[in-house]
Order: sequence, then structure tokens, then C-alpha cells
Amino acid sequence: MALTANTILICAGGACISSGEESVKQALEREISKYALQDAVRIVETGCMGACSLGPLMVIYPEGVFYQKLTPKAAQEIVEEHLLKGRVVEKYLYKGPTGEVVPQVAEKLPFFSRQVRIVTRNVGFIDPKNIEEYIARDGYFALAKVLREMTPEEVIEEVKKSGLRGRGGAGFPTGLKWELTRKGTSQKKFVVCNADEGDPGAFMDRSVLEGDPHTVLEAMIIAGYAIGANQGYIYVRAEYPLAIERLNTAISQAREYGFLGSNIMGTEFSFDIEIRIGAGAFVCGEETALIASIEGKRGQPRVKPPYPAERGVWDCSTLINNVETFANIPPIILKGADWFKSIGTENSPGTKVFALAGKIVNTGLVEVPMGITLKELLYEIGGGSSTGKPIKAVQTGGPSGGCIPAQYFDTPVDYDSLQKLGAIMGSGGMIVMDEDDCMVDVAKFFLEFTVDESCGKCTPCREGTRQMLRILEKITSGEGTEEDLYELEALGETIKDTALCGLGQTAPNPVLSTLEYYRDEYEMHVKEKRCPALKCKDLTRYVIDESKCVGCTACARVCPVNAISGEVRKAHVIDNEKCVRCGSCIEVCRFNAINKVSP
Amino acid sequence: MKVDLSEVRKIVNQAKTESLQEGDMLVNILHCVQDHFGNFIPPEAAEIVAQELDIPLSKVYEVLTFYTMFSTKPRGKYVIRVCVNLPCHVTGGRQIMETLKEELKIDVGETTADGMFTLETTSCLGLCGVSPVIMVNDTYYGDLTPKKVREIIEKLRAGGDEK
Repeated sequence: MALTANTILICAGGACISSGEESVKQALEREISKYALQDAVRIVETGCMGACSLGPLMVIYPEGVFYQKLTPKAAQEIVEEHLLKGRVVEKYLYKGPTGEVVPQVAEKLPFFSRQVRIVTRNVGFIDPKNIEEYIARDGYFALAKVLREMTPEEVIEEVKKSGLRGRGGAGFPTGLKWELTRKGTSQKKFVVCNADEGDPGAFMDRSVLEGDPHTVLEAMIIAGYAIGANQGYIYVRAEYPLAIERLNTAISQAREYGFLGSNIMGTEFSFDIEIRIGAGAFVCGEETALIASIEGKRGQPRVKPPYPAERGVWDCSTLINNVETFANIPPIILKGADWFKSIGTENSPGTKVFALAGKIVNTGLVEVPMGITLKELLYEIGGGSSTGKPIKAVQTGGPSGGCIPAQYFDTPVDYDSLQKLGAIMGSGGMIVMDEDDCMVDVAKFFLEFTVDESCGKCTPCREGTRQMLRILEKITSGEGTEEDLYELEALGETIKDTALCGLGQTAPNPVLSTLEYYRDEYEMHVKEKRCPALKCKDLTRYVIDESKCVGCTACARVCPVNAISGEVRKAHVIDNEKCVRCGSCIEVCRFNAINKVSP
Repeated sequence: MKVDLSEVRKIVNQAKTESLQEGDMLVNILHCVQDHFGNFIPPEAAEIVAQELDIPLSKVYEVLTFYTMFSTKPRGKYVIRVCVNLPCHVTGGRQIMETLKEELKIDVGETTADGMFTLETTSCLGLCGVSPVIMVNDTYYGDLTPKKVREIIEKLRAGGDEK
């Protein structure tokens, strides 16, 4: 390969693609060939760099200059100024909250500098479609070490010693799972990677699969060696077509290089991996449902025990780990359990990747040591609220988790501390909400999700969540009573105790946690028939401020139900009987004359 | 619509040879059959799948009606999937859905009369960093506003292929 003067890493994660990465890349290529720079500049499409709110983005090496919010025109300017003349184009650099241009170099931006990257060590730095780039960053070295120097027992011992816990949500000790599966008595064994990332607001697995697929393959092969399996499955959701494509490429490259297939690296050990694609069922993230789906059946869970370690795919002993858990394995093998334990907290060693979403400035992915406080995570790295209004709560753990109010933001983020607050770590989605978000509405929202996704096998989940939703609908439509709140609690506890699988058992959490921390909001809904966040449609009204309305008729013209009347140049009025509260009028009013009120 | 059944047989047999493990390939086969027919599975094709795998037809339907991504009814040329999860919800997802319904004059689960668009919801697409998000066939669109949604629909109507 010829030496190149500049390397451009352009983020080709899902978020950047959706905001126009392709056209930026084409513009770069066009300009580069226009100035005949093809031999001097190399463009690499990497996985997600994490800073999704700034996309499309790229980093130009050797200097490491970070450009953000790019357009085809920006690409042209950058080629002409930066690549040809060596001048940094300031207007596309990252600017801090006060508009100051902060360090040009990606690694020094606060968003990146606070991170400790183990799981995402390669994501955003390498071309995920090229196995050699992975190898160049010590890829498949851990596999070589395992196959040449370690017995399966030693591998398991190392993983156990590291204290790694499952990153899919429940936090089960990974080494112990490996050991139990190794002890399984079936003749054939399987390794399964759970890539059915379905928790709303979590997208770290997708980023690893798209940005560094080989790390997952390497870890699965190591796991296969450790537990005595010769076959693996990766179960990916159909909603992630790009991840599926990159995994397919990675698997065929790994086969070509002899890392998959028979006699891996010249040893006796053989292992191969096959992809299975989901078809849109949230419950398939539950391990027993996932196994059923791999076998080509309806993805319904079953009673545990027996656990998959005993009876999994085709009734054989099966090891199931999630993508992020697997991505920790190669570094643990290479650098040792003691190194891993030196990061994070005693009971939750290592790092966790969080997906920041909702009303926060820096949305995207961040990997931080366990034990960091929510405050540091949301304000110092996340940049705080994006709406100018204070952050009210953060929702963690998706439909299985809970809302943590701002007064608890000093809590360290680890498995046990979050559980104490009635939330869970879950897969690491963090959805930030401000005072415009109604907690009853949020709880209702998750319940709608669970009702929709419940597989219907057990009664508590199928019927219980439906009843809870019905009560919440009553409350948000202004017909709730105080008794309903007790009813919600009682039902929630019952479902927790009696549902069949993890999805059902945790389904009441969003309701129970909001009831605990925001009971006053629920009470306002039932006693005063008022929604303080102005979110619940039936409890809000739209009114026109006569002193501000100039009678431009814009609102009346846009109203889909003709609820607004009035003469030209005179104040208009809204008929709240007809109004469907769609908000179109507020959107078009140029005089801020329309307000939402409750009651 | 005329259903080419020999093609379905081919798909099933192809899938059988690709699998590493003896066993039930039903979900994968249904994906392939659905892609072949342009995003739905006609009853005749389901019958062939049952015959070729030597399983009862009820078993095929049991699986195919469980998963939201499979359809027994023909769907539009563009299947628009709107993310209806919390991150998209708090950043204005409801308005996106309203705009789509208004623009296409259909409800969720329906297809426009001209066979162009089907409107569906989806679970989280994992693009929460640029929410609200929709997916049109295999293409994602993020950071949406009602205005952007209207533009996308217009472009698709005019025959501009996705992005």
C-alpha cells in the first residue's frame, strides 16, 4: 500500500447515513479526484463515532481534526482548504455551548476525552469491512493466545476473575455462565450472540456490529473453545440491515483467513458461525424466546429452569451472551483480568456503553467506567439539556426500567445502585426528559409498548398489563380516581411476581417507579384533572390570547377540523369541543398568540 | 396476481443447503419468500413452504403471523415504518405520525389505493441520536420535522428512489 499524506475517517454509522453521509462522501471523492489527490488521500468509512447529534462527521489524520455537521458543499471547501492548502476550515469545527471553537482534535473534545473505550475500542477508528484493519489493532490476537497457550478451563477462569457481568441488562456473571455451559452434558453445544437489541433508546450493540463486527466473531470463537462448542449463531434483528450486511462480510473474511471453519489457526479446534435474522418481535431478546426463534418457531419464552446452559438451542447446552458482553472478551484475554478489574467499581468492573437520547445536547454513544455519576454522564459528557429547560428525569432500562428524578443524579451508575432506585441498568439506554414531559404519559407509553409486544403466553403479562394500561388511559383522559393509583400498584406487584419471563416481570417498572417519585403528578391528574406538563390531550385546552392575535387567519386555515373561527384582522377563538389538539395552529402562529393550558 | 410456485420451491431448497445445522429454517425461508414477492407472503407460497419442509400449513401460519415484519396481505411499494418509541416520542414523533397519516390519507397498517405506500410502526430502530426517525424500506431518515416528511413523500411519489 502506498503511503498516503492524509487519511479521512468518515462516520458511516446508521445515524450519519440517515443525515446524509453518502452525499458528503461522494462530494469528497469527486473533489479529491478533481485535484488528482487520489494517491495522497485515503477515505475510510468507519462505524459510528458516537457523536450522533453532530453528524455527518469526519476526522482528518494525521492531525486528527474533527469536522462536524457536514454537507457536500462543506466537503468541497475542506478539500480545497484543508487538503490542498493545509488550512483548517474553522466553520465546520465543533463549537462549545458558548460558541467558542474548542480543540480541533477529536480526542480532546470533552465528549470523547472522558470516555474509556474497551467495547468500542475500534468503532469509528477502522474500516469495518476490512479484516486487516481489525488485525492491525491486535484483532484475533486474543484468539491466537487462547488457542496456543490456554486450556479451556484457563480461559473460563480468566473471564471469571475479571468479574465481567452480562451487559444485556440483568448483569449475570459471564464467567459463571461459561462454566455452567461447559459443564452441560449434551453432546453438541452452541454459542449464541444475542444481537436482538430491542430496548427503546439503546443502540450500542448496533454500533459495535456495524463498526467492529470482527470483535464479536473473535469473542464467540473464544467462547466456543472455552465451552466446547463448534457452532455459533448470531441472532440479529431485521431492523438492522446494515449490521447484517457487515456481519456477513466479516464472517466470509474470517473464513477466508482461517479464523472460522475447520482447524482454526492450524489447531484441532473447529468453529463456524451462522446469522439468524429476527422478524420484528421484541420478546425475542429474552433468551428462551430467542432460542425458539432460532429454531424457526414463534418467539415465545418458556419457564426457566432449565436454563439455556442446560437446555438451549435444539435442547443442547447453549451459551447466550449479548454483543457488548462479547466485545469485552478479547481485551480481557489480552490484557488480563487484573487490568479489567482496575476499571469501574468492585461489583461492576469495566465500562458500560450508554446511549444518550431525548432532550440532551450530545446525543449518541459514550463508553464510560462503571461508577461514574449520572450528573457527570448527563452534564459533563452529555452537555446537559438541549431545550434550555432543566432536566427533570432520565429513563433507564427501557420498558423494563424506571425513571430516575434529577435529585438522584449523584448516584453512581452501576448495576446495584440503579436497582436500588427502582430502575435498572438494562442495556444502557438513557432517555432524557424535561418538564414538558408528563410522567404519567411516559408510563402509559411504555405500557402501550408492552401490551403490544406481549407474546400472550402467560396471563399476568397478557391481561395484567392491558388492565394497567386501561387504568392509565382513564387517568390521562381525566377520569381517574385515587383508588386507581392503589389499583395500579397492586396490579404491578402481582405482575412482577407472577409473569413468566423477564419482559413480563419487569413490565410494571415504568409505572411503579414513576408512581413512587412522581406521585404528585399522578394526583394532579386524578384530583385536579390537570396535566402540569400539558401533554395529556384530554386535560389540556388551546386558547388564543386576544391581545396578541392580529387576525391573520393562518390558524383557521390550517386547522384540520375547522375549530377556529373569527373575522379577518380580529381576534380568533378556538372551539374546544371541536379541537383535536393537534398543535398545527401553534406551529403556524407567528405572533405566539396561541397557548396550551391545563385545565 | 400470478404466483410463480417453482421459484418458491427453489428458495426453500436453496435455504436448506445453506444452513449449517439440520433443522427448522422457517423464519429465514419466510424472509426470502417475502423478499421475493415484494414484501408479503401469498397463501399459495405459504402452502409450498409447508409442503417442502413437510410441516402442516398451520405451523407456517403460526410463525408468520407472530412476527410483525411478515405480512399475509400485499403491501405498498414503499413500506414506511415509523419509530414509536420513547426517544422519538419525546422529540416530536407523534407529529411525524400525524403528518404521514394526513399526507397519505391512510391509518397505520393500511396501504394507499395506488399501492405506493404502506404505513406501519416499528420498535426502536436504534437511531435515537437523530430522533425522530422513520425507515422507508431499508433506508433510514432521521432528525425529522413535518416539513422534511412531506418532502420525502413528495420525492418518493415523483419516483425518486429513496435517498
